[in-house]
Amino acid sequence: MPSTLPAVSTERDLRLDLFRGVALWLIFLDHIPENVVNWFTIRNYGFSDATEIFIFISGYTAAFVYGRAMRERGFLVSSARILRRAWQIYVAHIFLFTIFMAEIAYVAATFDNPLYAEEMKILDFLKQPDVTILQALILKFKPVNMDVLPLYIVLLLLFPPMLYVLLWQPAFALAGSALLYVLTWTLDFNLPAYPNGVWFFNPFAWQLLFVFGAWCALGGAQRLAGVMRSRIILTIAIAYLAFAFAITLTWYIEPLGRFVPNWLSEWMYPIDKTNLDVLRFAHFLALAAVTVRFVPRDWPGLKSPILQPAIRCGQHSLEIFCLGVFLAFAGQFIISEYSGGPLIQVAISLVGIMIMIATANLISWYKVIEGRSPSSRVKPPDADLAGGEA
Amino acid sequence: MTVLVTILAVFALIDGAVAAVPEPSCDVPQSFLSSENDLARVTKEVKSRQRLDISVVGTGSSALPGPDGVRFAYPARLEQALTQQLPGITAKVTAHVQSRATTAEMSAGLAKIVTEDKPSLVIWQTGTADAMKSVEPEEFRTSLEDGIGTIDGGGADMILMNMQYSPHTESVMDVSGYADIMRFVAQQHSALLFDRLGIMRNWNDSGTFDLYTTTKNYDMARRVHDCIGRALASQIISASHLDAVRMQTTR
Repeated sequence: MPSTLPAVSTERDLRLDLFRGVALWLIFLDHIPENVVNWFTIRNYGFSDATEIFIFISGYTAAFVYGRAMRERGFLVSSARILRRAWQIYVAHIFLFTIFMAEIAYVAATFDNPLYAEEMKILDFLKQPDVTILQALILKFKPVNMDVLPLYIVLLLLFPPMLYVLLWQPAFALAGSALLYVLTWTLDFNLPAYPNGVWFFNPFAWQLLFVFGAWCALGGAQRLAGVMRSRIILTIAIAYLAFAFAITLTWYIEPLGRFVPNWLSEWMYPIDKTNLDVLRFAHFLALAAVTVRFVPRDWPGLKSPILQPAIRCGQHSLEIFCLGVFLAFAGQFIISEYSGGPLIQVAISLVGIMIMIATANLISWYKVIEGRSPSSRVKPPDADLAGGEA
Repeated sequence: MTVLVTILAVFALIDGAVAAVPEPSCDVPQSFLSSENDLARVTKEVKSRQRLDISVVGTGSSALPGPDGVRFAYPARLEQALTQQLPGITAKVTAHVQSRATTAEMSAGLAKIVTEDKPSLVIWQTGTADAMKSVEPEEFRTSLEDGIGTIDGGGADMILMNMQYSPHTESVMDVSGYADIMRFVAQQHSALLFDRLGIMRNWNDSGTFDLYTTTKNYDMARRVHDCIGRALASQIISASHLDAVRMQTTR
């Protein structure tokens, strides 16, 4: 193991939990199509969305938790724990897939309308459960909105060697990650999907954000602290956020489109989510720079009761993420069965977030009664809870 | 739990009350139909030959199943709307429907259609099969551009039509990404876009049509197609400034 290790704060950073919690809510809202509440989620105000926040923070906490494990217990033990985590996520994903199949099978059996004779053929995959289920098990078949967990699984599978290099030579690891990102763009590779196409979130591109998060956790954030304090960086970040906001406005208010010069749209579009477009990555960085500036680590608001629900959700991210995906299915189902208008959509959004908060509290309570909460901690740092789950 | 159910129930009641307004017509907000791009070739043909030949190229959603499907599908409804609204002008709409054809597949056949039909306008409905088969976005864009090039080279104007709003298949098929590409490509090539997706969503939201309804009956599908045909006719007449021509011929 490397002998000189970066000094890393061991104190839990509540900002991570807070923003991950908020990201989970936003992902839930964005996953209900035709939801008026979607107008409030950040994807409508810039290039990046909650996915970037979620993946970055996941990388950060993974490095925070398993980095310590790797230093204290070695490569083998920490890798084993990372792989166990990947397994848990896989099981969660398959569980969600089962619920999805139940919903789709119901729709296919009950819904009929000659208007949609062509579109309904998409459900033909139900006629070949042998192929479909197998393809789902090997993560090639992924229904809409069920792409994040498979991405997370692949990122974790690749994480042990990456973490080793991150601890040993952080700059080298980051450069390697950036190189892989560039190669992905130039050589255009991705994992195959079923029935055709490629993964919606290309792991070889999105790893950049995950590794960057991990790098920040292992001392990178301190190294960047000086840069982050500079006025120039702040100005650039705010200017870029304003630019992105202006561009997104033209997507919704068509007449504004004429103010975007042709050369700019030629250069800028399409803003590729699959391969984590540079514009999206930059937008996330700008958001992060501004956030870090105005929400310091010791910001008193982090202790305020108003923010506790989001923090709680962020602390149990896997469970709450899965619940969010399920609730989005359920919400969409209610909207379609009872043809819900805007009021129903608002109600479903609110009720969904309330259920997420209640569940997060329930999980915390379980951890307390099982003696696994940070307050009742007897044994040395519980990796599952330090700075949230990885 | 009961609290949650009650909240939902109350919202459902309020919502139902709001939705229970008298049945509206299928008018489309002007913002969906207006455009800065003209249909110059259509204008010229109509003025010089009093004819308007249109070819519709599309997938299964450009047709209706069942008996008399052709008569009730939007291409036929468009022809009728144009005939009614443009007296003295012969409007002819020929539909080339290829169920579940991708943009690339349709693009390959466009040259033949343009040569044989010699239309002054091609309405190209696409995107559905590409979304169903998850065609790579970049490939989709290239095929679109190829097709647009073919139509333009064949001397016809063009309207690009996107997919239907199909709420029940949203959780299996994400059409929005493909719709965005179509909007972008149309803009780049100064082509008209008939935003069927947006229009149908608008009808659903405003209560004109309940597109979630389960039915084996053809009534609603026929009404939707009739409304699409009429909306298309309005878009064509406005973009080719034929309202002025109509004034001249009827005067």
